[in-house]
Amino acid sequence: MNLHEYQSKALFADYGIDVPRGQVAFSAEQACAAAMALGGDRWVLKAQSHTGGRGKAGGVRVVEGLDSVAAVASELLGMRLVTHQTGPAGLPVSGVLVEEVRPIARELYLSALVDRASARILFIASEQGGMDIEAVAAEQPEAILTCSVDPVVGLQAYQTRDLAFAMKLQGAQVAALGRIMQGLYRLLLDKDLSQVEVNPLIVNEAGQLLALDAKINIDDNALYAHPDLVELRDLSQEDATEAAAREHGLSYVTLDGEIGCMVNGAGLAMATMDMVRLHGGMPANFLDVGGGTTAAKVAEAFKLILADDKVKAVLVNIFGGIVRCDLIAEGVITAVKEVHVAVPVIVRLEGTNAEAGRTMLAESGLAIIAAADLDEAASKAVEAARA
Amino acid sequence: MSILIDRSTRLICQGFTGKQATFHSEQCLAYGTQLVGGVTPGKGGTTHLGLPVYDTVRQAVSGTGATASMIYVPPPFAADAILEAADAGITLIVCITEGIPVLQMMKVKNALRGYPDVRLIGPNCPGVITPGECKIGIMPGFIHMPGSVGIVSRSGTLTYEAVFQTTRAGLGQSTCVGIGGDPIKGLDFIDVLALFQADEQTRGIILVGEIGGSAEEEAAEYIRAHVTKPVVGYIAGLTAPPGKRMGHAGAIITGGKGTGQGKVAALQAAGIAVVDSPSAMGRRMSELLA
Repeated sequence: MNLHEYQSKALFADYGIDVPRGQVAFSAEQACAAAMALGGDRWVLKAQSHTGGRGKAGGVRVVEGLDSVAAVASELLGMRLVTHQTGPAGLPVSGVLVEEVRPIARELYLSALVDRASARILFIASEQGGMDIEAVAAEQPEAILTCSVDPVVGLQAYQTRDLAFAMKLQGAQVAALGRIMQGLYRLLLDKDLSQVEVNPLIVNEAGQLLALDAKINIDDNALYAHPDLVELRDLSQEDATEAAAREHGLSYVTLDGEIGCMVNGAGLAMATMDMVRLHGGMPANFLDVGGGTTAAKVAEAFKLILADDKVKAVLVNIFGGIVRCDLIAEGVITAVKEVHVAVPVIVRLEGTNAEAGRTMLAESGLAIIAAADLDEAASKAVEAARA
Repeated sequence: MSILIDRSTRLICQGFTGKQATFHSEQCLAYGTQLVGGVTPGKGGTTHLGLPVYDTVRQAVSGTGATASMIYVPPPFAADAILEAADAGITLIVCITEGIPVLQMMKVKNALRGYPDVRLIGPNCPGVITPGECKIGIMPGFIHMPGSVGIVSRSGTLTYEAVFQTTRAGLGQSTCVGIGGDPIKGLDFIDVLALFQADEQTRGIILVGEIGGSAEEEAAEYIRAHVTKPVVGYIAGLTAPPGKRMGHAGAIITGGKGTGQGKVAALQAAGIAVVDSPSAMGRRMSELLA
């Protein structure tokens, strides 16, 4: 789960990490009130949306005068932000963060994440802040600094000094970076974050370090322990089908193609998508109905897939292990009848009672195309979607 | 021989009296696994499936002589269950539980360094099976056949595909290990590859990987340097878009790392026979062992 910038910055403030003065607004009036409360005659208005690259997409604007604040806030609140991360449909803007504008002397980069290979917390830092850090890593790998924290002893002061001096911070800034890193480290552990990123971490004209942006990703598996964070969830930023799938215990990811896929197991579901592409088609989704799926889940999955009107064919690929294929066949038959499936359905069943399942599908009188293996299923699905 | 488990392995189940644990324990017993008892705190002294239930793993170990444990306890309590098993002298811990917070697994992984004899498989995995001898986990037993192929995989149902194909091809399996789909886990590819390389029964190895992380790249390097047996590889998720998590907590392409293409290239460079369809895993293994 992701948080908005304004929510992340509130958490930063709780952990002693300085952020610019600011206030979130959900209407033009609130934006003006926020600007007045902040004072001055120049502000930055930042669209609140779960994507990076907001600046390039016109979602971050420096504004002078209260009239302009109202106009720009309305404009931002009414737009869908299209960035390199969102896809062509873009994301709605849930709010506008109004902040003071301060001169920037330097832009740094700082993030912390769980490093899977070492099973430790890894800090990543760079003097090249404010830009796409992945591009920096690709073009100037020497500009990326890292610091690996042993979770048994936690983040040590010398590690924060190492990064501070490597980024040419001076005087009080060295200790300030230490406080910021300790804050991020505690925040990450306390709130079960999988990643926290500050890009840029600025040095302002007075030499102070401030988190100009804030991005937080929370480990979904840990949400049960954080009801306070669950309340911050903004469903408008999430794909409606993906959210509905989660309600039914299904794992679903929306993609752009025309072939709906229903598979048991995440690995097999990815393999099925790959096979569709290999045969010249495009998958409409990733959908894992679970290793031990049921007929009822199959019916729910059909509804989710068919809610996408780009879908021209549905490919069902089930390896029946503990779950029997005849039960899955029954689920498919019920769903095709009840949900009024109007597109071709290609089914590959293998494993326990596969023979019985195939016979049931063949004798159902429904337009279900049987396939013997995954290759054949993918090629038949691509063919059917084109017909 | 096989790896990790055989007909003499004595197993307990943690979270024994739960619904899932009960169902899969019955399946394990029916397969012939020496399941000798279980643990559910507060139910010690009772029996379940005709086997003794203990309050703690330590009591279960002293009462049954078990050396292996399979864990079905819910996610919030699973990290504790793993550490309890390690501390009680269990040397093979198979954690089936899906959905353990990654920071908890980070702590478990670091704590297990203090128990050098302990092997953890999982979490979020189907388990481990030596066909005809011992099944620990949720895999369907009947698709397996004793034989010569070692299978190691991050994905459950793709493991079953590889099993089914090698059974059909008449090759059978020495041992199959589902290492699980989480970012931080116990045994990784290279640990299992080392065991297969040293195992006489294993003539060939099938490695099933997926996007995310760098375990496949490390496996490729290990195979190039240490494995002399033929290896067939398959990587799922070649067409997955970056930044989208594909079901498994570990299956995500981030920061341009962990792409399927990069993994395929690394495996090929190490001389591994990479197939582009999962349907071809068994066939390719047959060709290499012919």
